[in-house]
Amino acid sequence: MSYLYQGVFKRDMALAFRQKAELAQPLMFLLMVVTLFPLGVSPSPATLQLIGPGVIWIAAILSSLMGMERLFREDFQNGSLEQMTLSGQPLFLIAGVKVLVHWLVSIVPLLLLSPLLALFLNLSLPMYIALLATLVLGTPLLSLIGAIAVGLTVGLERGSLLLSLLLLPVFIPLLIFATSAVEAASMQLPYLPQLAIIGAMLLLAIALAPFAIAYALRVSQH
Amino acid sequence: MHYGYFYLEGAFLPELVASGIACLKQDRLLFDSLSFTLSEARLVHLKGANGAGKTSLLRILSGLSQPAGGQILYNGRPLDARYCQQLIYIGHKSGLSNNLSALDNLTYWCAQHGVSSTEQQRVAILDELGLVGLETLPVKSLSAGQQRRVALARLWLKPAAIWLLDEPFTALDVQGVQMIETKIRDFVSRGGVVMLTSHQALSQHAGDYQTIELEYRW
Repeated sequence: MSYLYQGVFKRDMALAFRQKAELAQPLMFLLMVVTLFPLGVSPSPATLQLIGPGVIWIAAILSSLMGMERLFREDFQNGSLEQMTLSGQPLFLIAGVKVLVHWLVSIVPLLLLSPLLALFLNLSLPMYIALLATLVLGTPLLSLIGAIAVGLTVGLERGSLLLSLLLLPVFIPLLIFATSAVEAASMQLPYLPQLAIIGAMLLLAIALAPFAIAYALRVSQH
Repeated sequence: MHYGYFYLEGAFLPELVASGIACLKQDRLLFDSLSFTLSEARLVHLKGANGAGKTSLLRILSGLSQPAGGQILYNGRPLDARYCQQLIYIGHKSGLSNNLSALDNLTYWCAQHGVSSTEQQRVAILDELGLVGLETLPVKSLSAGQQRRVALARLWLKPAAIWLLDEPFTALDVQGVQMIETKIRDFVSRGGVVMLTSHQALSQHAGDYQTIELEYRW
C-alpha cells in the first residue's frame, strides 16, 4: 500500500499541481456554461429555479468529460503506464488510486464551486443541499465509469469525441436520479430513494470499475 | 518484501523459457513457433529488419502483451508479479513524465517498483550518467540523449535479474553507449540476463553475446 501512496498517489498529485492551468480550465468552462443559461433562456427567478439542477448537472458532466482524458493519456503516451503495469503492483489498485487523485483534483473544486452556481440559478437551500448530496455521490461515479472509457480509447489517435459519445448515454440514469432528487427537494418531498439508488450505483462502480479499467488499459497496451 | 542480488549466490538462477510463441499484428504473422531459453549470465542481441517484430517480442517477454500462441515461463511459473520484481523493461517510450524532474521521475519509479534507494544514491547515479546539475529540471527541458540517460538510470537502481532493453542506445553519444555496454557486461558477468535490440553492432565493451535473428515476413 505504501508503494501505491508513494509511487502513484504522490506522483499524480505532484503532476496535477504542476499543470494548474489544465485543472482550472474545466472549472472555468463550467462557470461559463452555467452563466450562459440566465442570459440565453430567461433571467426570471422561477425559470432559473426550474432548470437550475439540470443545468448544473449537465454542465458538471460536460466539464468533467473535458478533463477526463488527462487521467491516462499522458502516462500512456510517455510510457509511464507501461512502467506502472510492470511494477508488480496490481493494476486495478493503481487504476483505483489514479481515479481517486483525478476525483480529488478535478471534481472536488467543482463541489466547492457549487454554492456559487446555486446562487446564480436561484436554488433554495433545501434544493442546494439535495444538489450537493447528489454531486458528492454522483461525481465519483462519473470518474470511475469515465476511467473505463478513457482506458479503452487511450490508444486511439483522436479519441476525445469518441469518449464523449461513449459516456454521455451511460450517464443518463445518473442525471435522471440526480435531478429528480433536487426536484423532490424543491417540493419538500423526501429524496432519499433517489440518493440511495445513486449510492448503490456508486458502490457497484467502486467494486467493479477498477477491474474493468485495468482490463481496458491492458487491452490498450497490447 | 525481499529483493536483492539472489543470483550472485547462485542458489536460484533466472531462467526465461519461451516455447513456440507466435505474434500476430494486423493479420500479419510476425513470427511463430519461436522457442528459446534465456538463462543466467547471457546477453542476447535481437536482430531483424524494421517491422520484423523485435519490439513485439520484447513486449511479449515483458508480459505487456500476450502471445498469439505458445507460452513463456519464468523459473517454471507464468509471468506474474514476482517476475515483474525481477524485470527491468525499458521500451521505446522513456516512461518519464515531461513535467517532473529527472530526480522525481526516478523517485516515483522506485516507489512503484518497491526499490529502496536514498535520494543521495539517486543523485549520485544521475551524476555518474553525466547529468550533474540537471537533476531537478523538468525532463522536457533535457535533450533526447539526456532523457534516455535518465530512463537508463533504472538499470543502476533496481536489483533485477532480467533486463529487456528496446533500442537502449538511441540518441546516446559514443561515451554514453560505452557506459551502458560496460554496465551490461558487468550485469551479465554477475549472472544477469539481458535481451536487447539495436541496429548498431555491439562493441567489445559489451562482452560476449549471442544473436537471435528475426526474419521479416509479409
